[in-house]
Amino acid sequence: VCIHRIRSCSSIRFIKSKYVCVFDKSALKFSHQQRLFRTSAVSCGQIVQFKLSDIGEGITEVTVKEWYIKEGDSVSQFDSICEVQSDKASVTITSRYDGIIRKLHYSIDDIAFVGKPLVDIEIDASKGVASEEDVVETPPMSHEEHTHQEIKGHKTLATPAVRRLAMENNIKLSEIVGTGKDNRILKEDILNYLAKQTGAILPPSPKAEIVPPPRKTEAVPAAPKDRARKIPVPVSRPIAFSGKDRTEPVTGFQKAMVKTMSAALKIPHFGYSDEVDLTQLVQLREELKPLAEMRGVKLSFMPFFMKAASLGLLQYPILNASLDENCQNVTYKASHNIGVAMDTEQGLIVPNVKNVQVCSVFDIAVELNRLQSLGSAGQLGTSDLTGGTFTLSNIGTIGGTYAKPVILPPEVAIGALGKIQVLPRFSGKGEVFKAQIMNVSWSADHRIIDGATMARFSNLWKSYLENPASMLLDLK
Amino acid sequence: SFKNCLWLSCVLRTPKACFWSTASGGLIIQSVSNDVYQNLAVEDWIHDHMDLEKQQVLFLWRNSPAVVIGRHQNPWQECNLRLLRQKNIKLARRRSGGGTVYHDLGNINLTFFTTRKKYERMENLKLIVKALKALRPQLDVQVTDRYDILLDRQYKISGTAAKLGRTSAYHHCTLLCNADKFVLSSVLKSPYKGLKSNATPSVPASVKNLFEEDPSLTSEILLDAIAKEYAVQHQIDHHITLINPVDETLLPGISNKTKELQTWEWVYGKTPKFSVSTCLNMAYKDSVLDIKVNMDVKHGRIEVCNIDLPEQWLPPGLYSELVKSLTGSKFCPNEITTLLTTLLRVCPQDDELHSRWSLLCENMIRLM
Repeated sequence: VCIHRIRSCSSIRFIKSKYVCVFDKSALKFSHQQRLFRTSAVSCGQIVQFKLSDIGEGITEVTVKEWYIKEGDSVSQFDSICEVQSDKASVTITSRYDGIIRKLHYSIDDIAFVGKPLVDIEIDASKGVASEEDVVETPPMSHEEHTHQEIKGHKTLATPAVRRLAMENNIKLSEIVGTGKDNRILKEDILNYLAKQTGAILPPSPKAEIVPPPRKTEAVPAAPKDRARKIPVPVSRPIAFSGKDRTEPVTGFQKAMVKTMSAALKIPHFGYSDEVDLTQLVQLREELKPLAEMRGVKLSFMPFFMKAASLGLLQYPILNASLDENCQNVTYKASHNIGVAMDTEQGLIVPNVKNVQVCSVFDIAVELNRLQSLGSAGQLGTSDLTGGTFTLSNIGTIGGTYAKPVILPPEVAIGALGKIQVLPRFSGKGEVFKAQIMNVSWSADHRIIDGATMARFSNLWKSYLENPASMLLDLK
Repeated sequence: SFKNCLWLSCVLRTPKACFWSTASGGLIIQSVSNDVYQNLAVEDWIHDHMDLEKQQVLFLWRNSPAVVIGRHQNPWQECNLRLLRQKNIKLARRRSGGGTVYHDLGNINLTFFTTRKKYERMENLKLIVKALKALRPQLDVQVTDRYDILLDRQYKISGTAAKLGRTSAYHHCTLLCNADKFVLSSVLKSPYKGLKSNATPSVPASVKNLFEEDPSLTSEILLDAIAKEYAVQHQIDHHITLINPVDETLLPGISNKTKELQTWEWVYGKTPKFSVSTCLNMAYKDSVLDIKVNMDVKHGRIEVCNIDLPEQWLPPGLYSELVKSLTGSKFCPNEITTLLTTLLRVCPQDDELHSRWSLLCENMIRLM
């Protein structure tokens, strides 16, 4: 294999003796080091003026519309530099050189001229330069194994340096998945591919030390200390990982959430949880679902939870109140505008159903349907999103049992509903039966709400749901 | 299957027992999808991955209702975004230049892929005109020097745009067969006032459907006629290969391209910097307030914001909070609504204040 390579790759200079051995990692590293030596010898490059090449159709000027790089950025050959437009045609200008951008000759919306300099690039003279024609394929290396460069109908993008590396290691570019821009094959891709072949993890940088194999101890009766040295020490190699941290400013809706949640944490929360047996409710909903569907409405459990909460709030109105900024006054809100936490692309949105105290379960279902479709279309209005007095979060639809919800100011209470699970429970007679159990976790503002109030409200809410017929007695 | 043979033979370099060796010159493909993003992604894929040196490609596609803006255009300037949202019409930004078009199933799209050197728009348009005349000799269709195709010397039936890359290029154009002209004219009229930008403006034109000229013409007939002419000119079989833009094995990486075309950052964020200078007419209590608003929008986000509210209309601290929150936010009604309504939670709980705040919010989003 090696000798064959020497004959076909005459352009690469290396010492023959090193390659008499079978191909192994050390040989590969050596060739890396050699290449590195060549490239590192160049300390400062020359500035080249990259001119705007011919666009075609006799066009002489274009408008610069977007820069993809700025002064000081380093670019690789084939990287996109800018986007220009001419008469309904948008053209991507790519770099012919590897190097650093030193000067942009135009600003956005300037007219650029064909044949005049577009950017100045400080190039690394030793690295490859694309030909005037910007053609990807390098001349074929003669043998069938290397016709990967000419795969018909399927272009493989790779710089000449990468192609050389692939060829030296007898790799077919078509078998490598490129991870660079435009699916370009990068050096890392070749190295990863090789690592898989040889079963080893190669160091990411050619500068890495060649780690010597663990030394074998001499054939001498070993003292206990020496015996310890006989255990081969696993050699740790840095694992190649090219991920980068990404920092983004906190803007828009996220900023608002930061403010809201910071204010929420100033509220002294206390939690109260319980389990609710929804067996009867599940059955009831099954019966009512088709009726609702006939009226064109999807009936979930939420309308029941919300109506029951409203009935409870009639008995414990402090849970539907608001404490002013100075904690001087408590305002008991007349309307039960119950918010429903919704998970959208943007994040947590809480639209509310107005005046649940005068709505039937069906009315609530209709409103919920409307809010849900608006929510998923990103079209909720200001009135849908303001004026809430109490919130329920059905996190159980995603998963989870117990939660510790955060109160949304200016409200004073919130409930998080876990998922409904089928669990064994004991009946009054001491028999085990299948029950549909859901857990609820309430949080309330301890400045004006005490545990007993929360507990009693929860019990009342629970009793309505465990025995839905009892809701009929108190419905207005 | 036939199409798998085509691509796989390139990747695996198996002996070329199929279409490749006989095909010189050209390949005609048609998308089975009507999703504008999927179809635009196919264009991207062919542009980035296919070697067009030996073989040129004609890609035929149609979309369900969508507005497609050019690479460097401003969607607020070009169309009625409110109406699009209401009618659930998609908005896409293509990678080629040019102006805004409305697509529906009555409009056909043709993309001519060649190497950069062989990029030649006039030839392609002449091919289309030739095909149309061969089909219906009495049709008065001609190509203008703006690369439009006119019917009866006055009605535009086709618009053109192009994209040039390092080694390949494509020229695509529309052809109005039987599109909904009523929807077209209403969605392509922007209601947004006071916008100033260097984005490429569209040139409005009177349009007409070929169907109106000759009711026997359908999209299918037209597609076929053009494919036939392409086949003749490229000396290939008149055969249209169907492709499915969600086929990841056939088009590796296509789903990423499709996703990217749908991101807010691409569709709205690529809008060149623009400014909004307008007046809100807010009906408050018994009067109407004229509020001057000035905003600079860059990358689709509010960079600078100035709202000329009457003094003390909002508590001063709150006004600066408002401006601070709007800065950096997306110029998007949904974003602003959720932002401002959420902020209301930490404002003083005053009904008057709340109604003013909501009113302001509702008026602001009308600008977007």
